[in-house]
Amino acid sequence: MNTLVFELEDTGRFEVWRDLARSALQRDIPPEKIEWRLRGKEVGLFDALPAMQVDGPPIREVLLRASCVDLLRGIMRHSDPGRFALAYRIAWRAQSLPAIAGLTTDPDVARARRMMHQVRRDYHKMTAFVRFREQESEEGKTRRRFLSWFEPEHHVLESVAPFFAGRFADMDWLILTPRGSIGWDGTKTVYSPEPCVKPDIHDDLEALWHTYYASTFNPARIKTKAMRSEMPRKYWKNLPETDLIPELLAGAEARVAEMAAREAGPAPMFHERLQARQKAQAAIQEDALDSMGTLLSSLRRCTRCPLHCNATQVVPGAGPERAEIMVIGEQPGDQEDLRGVPFVGPAGQVFNEALSEAGLLRGEMYLTNAVKHFKFLTKGRRRIHQTPDAQEIEACKDWLHQEVALVRPKLIITLGATALRAMEGGGVRLATVRDTIRPGVPARLATVHPAYLLRLPDEARALEERKRFFAAFETVRQWKELAVRE
Amino acid sequence: MKKSLSARLAILSDAAKYDASCASSGSNKRDSSASGGLGSTTGNGICHAYTPDGRCISLLKILLTNFCIYDCAYCINRSSSNVERARFTPDEVVWLTLEFYRRNCIEGLFLSSGIIRSSDHTMEQLVQVARDLRLKHGFRGYIHLKTIPDASPALLEEAGLYADRLSINVELPTETGLKQYAPEKEAAGIRRAMGEMRLKIEAGKDRTHTGRPTRRFSPGGQSTQMIVGADGASDQQILSSSSGLYGSYGLRRVYYSAFSPIPDASALLPVKSPPLQREHRLYQADWLFRFYGFDFSEITAGRADGMLDLELDPKLAWALDNRAQFPVDLNLAPREMLLRVPGLGLKAVTAIVSARRHGVIRLEDLARLNVSIRKVRPFVKTVGWSPASLTDRHDLRTLFVPSPQQMSLF
Repeated sequence: MNTLVFELEDTGRFEVWRDLARSALQRDIPPEKIEWRLRGKEVGLFDALPAMQVDGPPIREVLLRASCVDLLRGIMRHSDPGRFALAYRIAWRAQSLPAIAGLTTDPDVARARRMMHQVRRDYHKMTAFVRFREQESEEGKTRRRFLSWFEPEHHVLESVAPFFAGRFADMDWLILTPRGSIGWDGTKTVYSPEPCVKPDIHDDLEALWHTYYASTFNPARIKTKAMRSEMPRKYWKNLPETDLIPELLAGAEARVAEMAAREAGPAPMFHERLQARQKAQAAIQEDALDSMGTLLSSLRRCTRCPLHCNATQVVPGAGPERAEIMVIGEQPGDQEDLRGVPFVGPAGQVFNEALSEAGLLRGEMYLTNAVKHFKFLTKGRRRIHQTPDAQEIEACKDWLHQEVALVRPKLIITLGATALRAMEGGGVRLATVRDTIRPGVPARLATVHPAYLLRLPDEARALEERKRFFAAFETVRQWKELAVRE
Repeated sequence: MKKSLSARLAILSDAAKYDASCASSGSNKRDSSASGGLGSTTGNGICHAYTPDGRCISLLKILLTNFCIYDCAYCINRSSSNVERARFTPDEVVWLTLEFYRRNCIEGLFLSSGIIRSSDHTMEQLVQVARDLRLKHGFRGYIHLKTIPDASPALLEEAGLYADRLSINVELPTETGLKQYAPEKEAAGIRRAMGEMRLKIEAGKDRTHTGRPTRRFSPGGQSTQMIVGADGASDQQILSSSSGLYGSYGLRRVYYSAFSPIPDASALLPVKSPPLQREHRLYQADWLFRFYGFDFSEITAGRADGMLDLELDPKLAWALDNRAQFPVDLNLAPREMLLRVPGLGLKAVTAIVSARRHGVIRLEDLARLNVSIRKVRPFVKTVGWSPASLTDRHDLRTLFVPSPQQMSLF
């Protein structure tokens, strides 16, 4: 069999190659029997050969996976004349090796992927480095007109057109390149493969852009390698701002030296006025606090233990200042820490359910925590709750006692071991006193923390514990009714 | 006399350039083809130009005004500085943004401001610019707004409605640093604001039963910046601060900005060139956390002084400290372990995992994936290659350290 010669236009169009390749594959023609040529380029010995048609009936079915088609479609936009042969070789091999596109270490595939990467980069750089310059509007029309000259390396023009159309919808624009042009008039994009010549265009606004470019440059950091790797020199000739680069670099050192040499002068007049005003304001705010307010404001500045360093904020108690019942939890959790309000996370939900089941009103209680800052460890992008240690409980105890002294509740409910410890010291075990009202002034009731219910892995156990927890609040309701009668 | 627009642009972009963030990524994809307006976002962001400082220009990064009532030592705009002051009207910012955008110079706007009068007043001005861009001009490009701590919740809500990303800078990695250099700024206030934003951003992700978002709030999330080298914080302190920020507030990015000398600098500050290499290493460590499954504490664990190795990248330094975990078998190791091999990037690991389904990976195959064989050799094994004693060599480090260069004489 003679070598077939296929001649193709130098465009990024996939379809022409695909039709030829398909008919050749259907007839099982191996890659070495086909010569792929660019039309209009010089050809060798067999010049006289006309573009050939494959003959004979198809002898087999051609199958290509989507991943492979994507790869071939991508490399068709590359300017390398070898792309047709490479694509055919991959398509040919894919007939016996369907997963070929995933064989990243195969020489053919590696080369194709590198080409695809170059095309993608060229596309991306075109979206970045095209600069429009404004033209006079056509007479009688209000739409603004913009023109650009750009030199892409590969056949990306057609594929990049939708990007510009989607972005600059309310103006007319035209991008001229040596590989053709694309334009938009508000209704459709037009592509022409006709090579263009560089037009002579100016735009007054570029002076402002130069000002911005020069001012946003920091002369104390020179990293020209980083600049050149992302903005290679080949693009410079069409970027208006790159003219400034030599000048900016030349002056940088002197500018930095001048900054270092100059000592700070006396502060401007308004600086003193501002400082005085801020001091006065802070003093006024400090005076206006009542007792609970004073507590809060000192609490917000608490640095008695290291927990304040990482937590978002202090989560103070919430509720009426003269509440009959005070509920003390362990410490704020993730949600409480963000919102600054106690009992609003998942455990707070369980707590709310228990209250409503028992017919108690949350709004009538004073809710607070034994430790006022959230203690956690970060694991990746999550915060993992940590139980506060004895020192942290001790450091925070004073705040808790002040709250108790201010609210003067008739009943204190502690949830979990930490709260119990904070109120009654380490000597009392939760299991021995759990769920019973211990009379006194104030009366006390200790139960588990609702978060404990959420952590139990065994379902039956969790249900049983939940019942006990809910029952504790039933006990509280009974106590409350009695207290009212007395 | 009022300064010209060009003069003010020079002052207010100069004043804004110390903010490293310029990303236009992370937001939802949208364009103007249906609306006939102006602007789009691609999701990945586009850098439209680069300045010789190696930073990209993606957004028009300016201040509304550089007047400020705060006196933060590291800041060019602090109230005690003699820097020239200027202000834009919201309309001028809108005009500049749209005109630069039409010429494809930018992806959108990054607007910040000195604090004038009050937090609410300043925030209201920022929000007005975003509101006008979106509602009056149908602008669909990227908007990044700085949020001002203690601004009212209603303003924050509105800012989140128009902006793609919100940010508030912690600036100094430790609370003591903040007290020393930015006495009016409160670490707690900044954390509170970030917490509030996290709650709103999460609420903004809620969907109705049809899958539509319930409301829009900063779809590109929030970010922050820390200044490196102004105070005495170690890399370990900086990274542990990052760890807390990522974990607690779901930040998209933490930016590290090497402290660079500013005009009319406060006497409190070091006079030296910015620690660019240190900044670079911190970004690498940040990448290891965000994409490679490392915890920040692991990265600095082997460093006695809490500073990252300036000569070696943090992944290589970590591997040298944890040689017991190497060599890693290219054909058997899980993806998570491959990611920890120095010299293997995200793309290379994905390619290896894909290719090894079809056959054995050999050392020379890696060259086709643009991997430096020299770098990975001591840390991997495969059919036909075992590093044997190479992994445990005492002088392994010296094979990687760049050879010393004579200092410039001039």
